[in-house]
Amino acid sequence: MKIGVVISEGPYTHQAADSAYNFVKSAIAKGHEVPRVFFYHDGVNVSTRLSVPPQDERNIQINWTTLAKEHDIDLVVCIAAAQRRGLLDENEAKRQGKDANNIADGFRISGLGQLIEMGIQTDRLVTFGD
Amino acid sequence: MSTLHTVNKSPFATDALLSCLNHCSDGDAVLMIEDGVYGALANSRISKAVQARAGSVTLLILGPDAQARGLNSDKCLSDVGRVDYDGFVDLVTQHDRTQAWL
Repeated sequence: MKIGVVISEGPYTHQAADSAYNFVKSAIAKGHEVPRVFFYHDGVNVSTRLSVPPQDERNIQINWTTLAKEHDIDLVVCIAAAQRRGLLDENEAKRQGKDANNIADGFRISGLGQLIEMGIQTDRLVTFGD
Repeated sequence: MSTLHTVNKSPFATDALLSCLNHCSDGDAVLMIEDGVYGALANSRISKAVQARAGSVTLLILGPDAQARGLNSDKCLSDVGRVDYDGFVDLVTQHDRTQAWL
């Protein structure tokens, strides 16, 4: 079965990004397909590559980047939510005249259309959030 | 058509679990995750409301989240079952849709 996932809570806030990560790992291990994870609202903060948690602690961003590479998951960050929170990829930084970008490897910035498309193209949609 | 409801907030912090229990249909499943697992506590001020739906709705908690909060089976309502993440995935596929009560 194809399962789409939405994360709408920031990392290290409560547990949404961790719950979603464990859920996606289990779903894939059971033979399901998770083609895309959509990061919305504060969930977009997962995508910064400038996060440096203590080394003996889980790194939520790296966990997602690694999982996405292993299983070809499209990690989509909502552009409107990202711009409000200072998350820019190279193109957006240029377009907005900013001197830096911070989107981690494996994530891409796109719009709500990708959320709607995920709803259409998957059999189930599961939301983790605040 | 049945729905899997997920509740991730403590019933002592928000009304999400009570709203969910009042709105869900017979044959649905309610899975309490994260702080939502406190909804399974026995002898609490909401345990009667939880037990009242036990006959018509499948009540579950996510085992790893319950364990992380010290909620062993002896502290929980016997009407509430336990699943792990694999069980969570099965619930998602067994029901027609998933509704998160955020």
